[in-house]
Amino acid sequence: MSVVVYAETSEGNFKNTALEAVSYGKKVAEQMDLPLIALTVNATNPAELSRYGADKIVKINHADLNRFNAKIFAGIVQQVAERENATVVVVDSSSNGLYLAPILAIKLSAGYASNVVAAPSSIHPFVIKRKVFSNKAFNHTEIKSEKKLIGLAKNSFGVFENPTTANEEDFSPEICSSEVRSTAINKASGNVSIADADVVVSGGRGLKGPENWGLIEELAAVLGAATACSKPVSDMGWRPHGEHVGQTGKPVASNLYIAIGISGAIQHLAGVNASKVKVVINTDPEAPFFKAADYGIVGDAFEVVPKLIEKLRDFKAKNS
Amino acid sequence: MKVFVCISHVPDTTSKINFTENASEFDKTGVQFVINPYDEFALARAMWLKEKQGASITVISVGDASVESSLRKSLAIGADDAIRIDAEPTDGLFVAHQLAAVLKEHACDLILTGRESIDYNGAMVPGMLATLLDWNFVNACVGLEIENQTATALKEIDGGTETLSATLPLVVAGQKGMVEEKDLRIPNMRGIMMARKKPLTVLAPIAIESSTHANRFEKPAAKSACKLVDASDVDGLIALLHKEAKVI
Repeated sequence: MSVVVYAETSEGNFKNTALEAVSYGKKVAEQMDLPLIALTVNATNPAELSRYGADKIVKINHADLNRFNAKIFAGIVQQVAERENATVVVVDSSSNGLYLAPILAIKLSAGYASNVVAAPSSIHPFVIKRKVFSNKAFNHTEIKSEKKLIGLAKNSFGVFENPTTANEEDFSPEICSSEVRSTAINKASGNVSIADADVVVSGGRGLKGPENWGLIEELAAVLGAATACSKPVSDMGWRPHGEHVGQTGKPVASNLYIAIGISGAIQHLAGVNASKVKVVINTDPEAPFFKAADYGIVGDAFEVVPKLIEKLRDFKAKNS
Repeated sequence: MKVFVCISHVPDTTSKINFTENASEFDKTGVQFVINPYDEFALARAMWLKEKQGASITVISVGDASVESSLRKSLAIGADDAIRIDAEPTDGLFVAHQLAAVLKEHACDLILTGRESIDYNGAMVPGMLATLLDWNFVNACVGLEIENQTATALKEIDGGTETLSATLPLVVAGQKGMVEEKDLRIPNMRGIMMARKKPLTVLAPIAIESSTHANRFEKPAAKSACKLVDASDVDGLIALLHKEAKVI
């Protein structure tokens, strides 16, 4: 028996969410006294996973697997899970993880809990804690089936080093056919994606118009952050839909979320309140965001943000 | 083209979230239930396919009689008929099996639904349903066109979008972008009148065990008050973020 983690790569490199999934898998493996097996596909440096506690690294390298396909990748994780007699399988909540996990759950006949935020509180019965009601509550959920599939919520457990000496093993899985074909990938180059960002800087209607977005972009650049916006801003066409965060937009679970000129409607908060630390800058002291935020400045974005950019530049120069 | 739209009946976003029975049950008292916002985008896209390409639409939901208000609303928006599977939706796997059992008995080319429901946020029913039916599946869809038996779908990926081509039959889990917010439908009086006469079939569930059990709910710890920093003191904010929050 074992715990198997699918450690996703992007262009050969492990994403932070993959390292978090391995760290989490290590914790579960320790609780259950089982070995931790990490599965990688076309990873440049698979050995990196031994730093986070993998006891064995199963390496798959195949030219046909450079582009993600949910059905094919679910089939591969299934084969490794069955080969390693996995009791628990862990995947992350990247867009690919969310795509393949439900398919994998059926293929493995595994009970699946998504949005999981903590290590099991009990192994018999197997109980995990997951986010529900758009981050407004948690549920302690029992997975009753023999095999268990865990979808780990982003930025919920953390990345922990746990150096081991891992065996590496090559594996050639059968690659199933899929009638879903990728014909194009459209990514803006050079920008930090909201999904991968540690810091997100987000603007709302308080910025008065798309011509003022330079402020948001400049602040984001200083912080190495992704840029985002509220729903009205994307609905009015000031910013592209891909930047809309909140319920029905993208979820945010960053370390730091800075909301500028966003009042904090409940739909917005539902999508961003998984972020660890929230900062709000708004002229209206009654804006609901002040109730959800950790730090706030009541003030005009056009006065506060340029000062913040300047002072953060000084800070970064001193602290890097 | 025959389209099924799966609808979840969920507490409105602005609902107070409370629990009863030693935190084991969601407290429905005074809570208004609505069509899951993500499913609304799916339904609106189905309506587009009906109006432009002559699709017929069946809406389907798993739940007790209370979910019929969301099914009737869907009929008022323009779906042709509705099916309710009379069972408590205990978990994602249970719902996927119930839906699959009905879909296996019906001719259908396309299943549209939301990427997740805003109550349990499981994001698992669409992918499970597609796998149980052995159909193609597109998740996180933000654009969908159907031509002959082929779908061209735009899928959200981390940092961008991906264009996918898939043959029918197909399950699509969508979100905003399938249609724009302004294209969401609100039922008009004529639609509401017509909806009363449209068929709503109640089916018995199949016997299937759920694989998970929601034991106990818990609310997040009360948040400490927002620390306010004077607008003239951005250095103070930077110091707090660095030394106290340790996020920069």
